[in-house]
Amino acid sequence: MTAVDAPQTTRFNELRLNGISRAYGAHTALHPLDLTVRGGEFIALLGPSGCGKTTALNSIAGLLPLTAGSIELDGRRIDTLPPEKRGFGMVFQNYALFPHLSVRRNVAFGLRMRKVSKAETARRVDAVLDLVRLTDHAHKLPGQLSGGQQQRVAIARAIVLEPPLVLMDEPLSNLDAALRLDMRAEIRRIHQEFGLTTLYVTHDQEEALSLADRLVVLNAGHVAQIGTAPELYESPRSAYVAAFMGYRNILSLRAESVGADVATVVGEGFRLAGAVSGPVTSGSAVQVAIRPDDLKIAADGADVAFEAVAEIVEYHGREFQVDALTGAGTRVHLRTPERVAPGDRLSLTVDPRRALVFPDGGAA
Amino acid sequence: MTAVTLADAPKLALRHRLAERGIDRTLLLILPGVIAIAALFCYPFVYGLGLSFQPAKGGVFGAYSAFFSDSFSEGTIWKTFGLAIPASLINVGLSVPISYRMRKDFRGKRLLLTLLVVPITLGTVLTAEGILEYFGPVGWFNQTLQKLGLISAGHPVTLINDYWGVLFSLIISGFPFAFLLTHSYLSGIHPALEKAASTLGAGWWQRFRFITFPLLLPGLLTTFCLTFVLGFSVFPSAIMVGDPDGRTHVISIEAYEQALQNFNYPQGCADAMIMTALMLAVIGLVMGVRRFFYAGSTGGKG
Repeated sequence: MTAVDAPQTTRFNELRLNGISRAYGAHTALHPLDLTVRGGEFIALLGPSGCGKTTALNSIAGLLPLTAGSIELDGRRIDTLPPEKRGFGMVFQNYALFPHLSVRRNVAFGLRMRKVSKAETARRVDAVLDLVRLTDHAHKLPGQLSGGQQQRVAIARAIVLEPPLVLMDEPLSNLDAALRLDMRAEIRRIHQEFGLTTLYVTHDQEEALSLADRLVVLNAGHVAQIGTAPELYESPRSAYVAAFMGYRNILSLRAESVGADVATVVGEGFRLAGAVSGPVTSGSAVQVAIRPDDLKIAADGADVAFEAVAEIVEYHGREFQVDALTGAGTRVHLRTPERVAPGDRLSLTVDPRRALVFPDGGAA
Repeated sequence: MTAVTLADAPKLALRHRLAERGIDRTLLLILPGVIAIAALFCYPFVYGLGLSFQPAKGGVFGAYSAFFSDSFSEGTIWKTFGLAIPASLINVGLSVPISYRMRKDFRGKRLLLTLLVVPITLGTVLTAEGILEYFGPVGWFNQTLQKLGLISAGHPVTLINDYWGVLFSLIISGFPFAFLLTHSYLSGIHPALEKAASTLGAGWWQRFRFITFPLLLPGLLTTFCLTFVLGFSVFPSAIMVGDPDGRTHVISIEAYEQALQNFNYPQGCADAMIMTALMLAVIGLVMGVRRFFYAGSTGGKG
């Protein structure tokens, strides 16, 4: 890559969020959040809209005062500082580019505020514009740029200051699908080149999994789980997290017998073995999470977990995406390479290690 | 969907071409407005313009040269500017910090908004009455100054029947307009822009100076034009709380006296035309300056 002049990021060892929370009157938007971010890490805050992830980001940036808790950067308390004194870079969802300033002046704005010399400013702005491949558009106003270009200006503007931490608030949500993939790679590349510590807010699990070293899954202002991408993907701690990690089938069943690792769960038309993934007791209500890829059409003579009738079949090239309905009216999703037609009766099975059994409502 | 036959094609194309240029039946909606403007503005204006070139003596431009050769009538120009420019500057200047603060929510915001805008509903006459009472020689203002020992009894500060009374009146009646306009221009600037500036290290003054103010400036120039026009055509308050034969003998009083007291219609029309030309000149100048500033979208996305 052409990062000859790539500025060295101001490094830090750890950013510690101690029980930060934020309430609007009686409504608590963010329940106490504890998180330690190591320098250079890429962390994604993941959750549906209204789960408190943007609130968390704004609180860290200093745009919202904390209701409780503290933020420490290498032991120095920073949550009492106004945003302009924190020195974190932020990329806004709507980019918030200054419409009356050219791309170059937008990017130079932060350096100008810090009274960096003209020559130094020019050098650093050139380097960053080169990095985001916008050198040819430097003289344009933001209004003359495409969405993806505006987005890159917003990133350039945030990183030219070499901030210890970059906060990104759903930066890709305003882009179309193809551009989103390109920009995702771009953000990953910039992160690697600069070694920027990044806190990234998104509602898109694929985006979070592909970009982040660690993920924080939020649910209604509570932390549902914190872990690396493989940790969350392989062993979600609750049905809520599982649903976010692509376990599209969340079945409400009952545990018939519970062993050390494997539980037998039953329900209307269902009987299957699953991996115990939480405090489950015999006879209690459970939620079973299964990925569409892990529901298989049973070979003759194999154990059948349940039967369902294919309702909608979508052709996805290498495989079929099937929505099927069980006799009791439960909808299940599966992906299969076998040709299936709507109306076909399917006998389905699942590997016990691939069906996660969670206590019902527990930690959801 | 009906099939388009060859015979239909040209007809559809014409209608389509007209629609492309914005010509369709909804255009008729502006007809009442056009008629009203033609009847109530264009015709009287052209009539007055014609009349101004037909004075009793002095040829075609007689009325105009009469205006500029009489130092008293010519002086009305500077008296009017002397009232309208400071009043507009003060109105716009006051609107900016107030509406800047009003962007945030706070207790009593509605009440404050109402109080700021209520003077719109007061007529000029009522405002003038109030000013006469309040700032008069024995009004509360002078009494308070006396009680505070700032002036001695019997030597009240002269504010009414003078320049200051008219200026106050222009501020009281012009400020609500300036404030409402500024307020709406300001709320059109996306709040994320200032947030972005603050994460880039800009303090409140820098945020205002480099982001909000430049984006607001075109709106402020428009606001200035509006309050300037209101101030430049000041008439009732210049008579009621001013000094209509001296310091506040503004150009509209001059025109009124020529037309309706001296019954010299051509002269009155000429005065009114000069007044119009001066207002257009100022507006043209301000709008010319406005072109140098960014006046596009301020919705944050750029």
